Amino acid sequence: MKIGNTFLRGILYDNPIFIQLLGMCPTLAVTTSAVNGVGMGLATTAVLLGSNVVIAMIKKFIPAKIRIPAYVVVIATFVTVIGLLMKAFVPALDKALGLFIPLIVVNCIILARAEAFASKNSVLLSAVDGIGMGLGFTISLTILGSVREILGAGSIFGKAIFGASYQPALIMILPPGAFLALGCLLALYNWTVSKKANQF
Amino acid sequence: MDNRLIVSSSPHLRADDSINRIMRDVVIALLPATLAGIYFFRMGAVKVILAAIIAAVVTEAVIQKVRKQPVTINDWSAVVTGLLLAFNIPATAPWWLPVIGSIFAIAIVKHTFGGLGHNFMNPALAARAMLLASWPVPMTNWVTPGADAVSTATPLALISGTEAAGQALPSMVDLLIGNVGGCIGETSAILLILGGVYLIFRGVITPRIPVIYISTVAVLTFVLGGGFSLQYMIYQVLAGGLMLGAFYMATDYASSPVTPKGQVIYALGCGILTSIIRLYGGYPEGVSYSILLMNVAAPLIDKYTSPRVFGEVK
Repeated sequence: MKIGNTFLRGILYDNPIFIQLLGMCPTLAVTTSAVNGVGMGLATTAVLLGSNVVIAMIKKFIPAKIRIPAYVVVIATFVTVIGLLMKAFVPALDKALGLFIPLIVVNCIILARAEAFASKNSVLLSAVDGIGMGLGFTISLTILGSVREILGAGSIFGKAIFGASYQPALIMILPPGAFLALGCLLALYNWTVSKKANQF
Repeated sequence: MDNRLIVSSSPHLRADDSINRIMRDVVIALLPATLAGIYFFRMGAVKVILAAIIAAVVTEAVIQKVRKQPVTINDWSAVVTGLLLAFNIPATAPWWLPVIGSIFAIAIVKHTFGGLGHNFMNPALAARAMLLASWPVPMTNWVTPGADAVSTATPLALISGTEAAGQALPSMVDLLIGNVGGCIGETSAILLILGGVYLIFRGVITPRIPVIYISTVAVLTFVLGGGFSLQYMIYQVLAGGLMLGAFYMATDYASSPVTPKGQVIYALGCGILTSIIRLYGGYPEGVSYSILLMNVAAPLIDKYTSPRVFGEVK
């Protein structure tokens, strides 16, 4: 039950984007298309899973005073691994995401989960938390990226879905569109899900 | 005897001002310019104006139903928003452009921030900025007035030389009555001033913001623009959306400062920003963006200009 709870928390009731509003920089910057959202989300999930597991394993050896630098070293290791893997196997996506892959190091979701969860819980639970939070992040980014791509480019995952007469709202794939779409999605999410979250 | 001494809380004197009366006055003030827009730009203008107003009123009703608030579409405020938005759109625009703009203005800019009186920026201008960023081509598709509707540039674009450099500048008289290319409601300076004077006379707006705003632009374009050319200055003041912006948009109650001193600073800021964008920016027109920027600064201005409460010690 505890494992199921931890998993669901990350996806629904403690969703890193729609409830905790963490990691806003990649959220707003890279979600110009659905593919970018999925790519960014999965890269972050991989880092989150790795760092949560390792930090849960070594939490007893880390002195409390220097725990943050220690966490960052662990996180940076995984980010480097993911960054190099992406460069090798999905160079197009890596180009599209650009600087935001190395910037996962300073993504607050990862440090927040390390500090708030992995440093206090078992390895198994931390792994579940990492996957749950990562998937919550991925799903949110994909929804945001899809909304912006549909309205701003008239396509989804690169496929045109409207006829040629559709004139896309350019603003949605520009920076203001990120704020507009996120604000509307936040309102919608809290209107539908947070009623249940309060009972949770 | 008992009923003659009634104890009630203030206010004891009530003016007959109401949202309804104020908004109706704004519509009356905008009527001459509306008719001029329809006269100059024909059916295209009628289509855009109707689409914008109907979409604004319907959106207001739907949102208020969803928010479980009393539906107040008969207070004319949605009509004013729709009409002002239509004034900011060229007559050649397809019908869905004003519709999307009105929905954005009412649903996003007005109601997500709390509805009438709570909007942090002018809904019509915010919608115009959104439309311009989204569909730059249909939003800048100017035509000459009249039945021929030949493609043209706005007087400001002509004078700043950014486009259509070969075309002759329209005459000053054409500029005054509005016989030039541009958005539906911005071209006729004289009728917009007429409506503005009516609003001042009715006490709906004070002359403070429009007068300071327009004079700031006049002084700055005189000094910095054409090398102390009086003709250039008058041209800059009459052309573009300055009259429309200064009288009807910068004076929006909810998004402009409350204190008199604050309003002076606000109007000066609008004038300075407009002149800077027009003279040095890459964009021939700057009224809408300068008002939006000062809208956002209004709470800060109010904070630093609010008068001292009696007895308050710093």
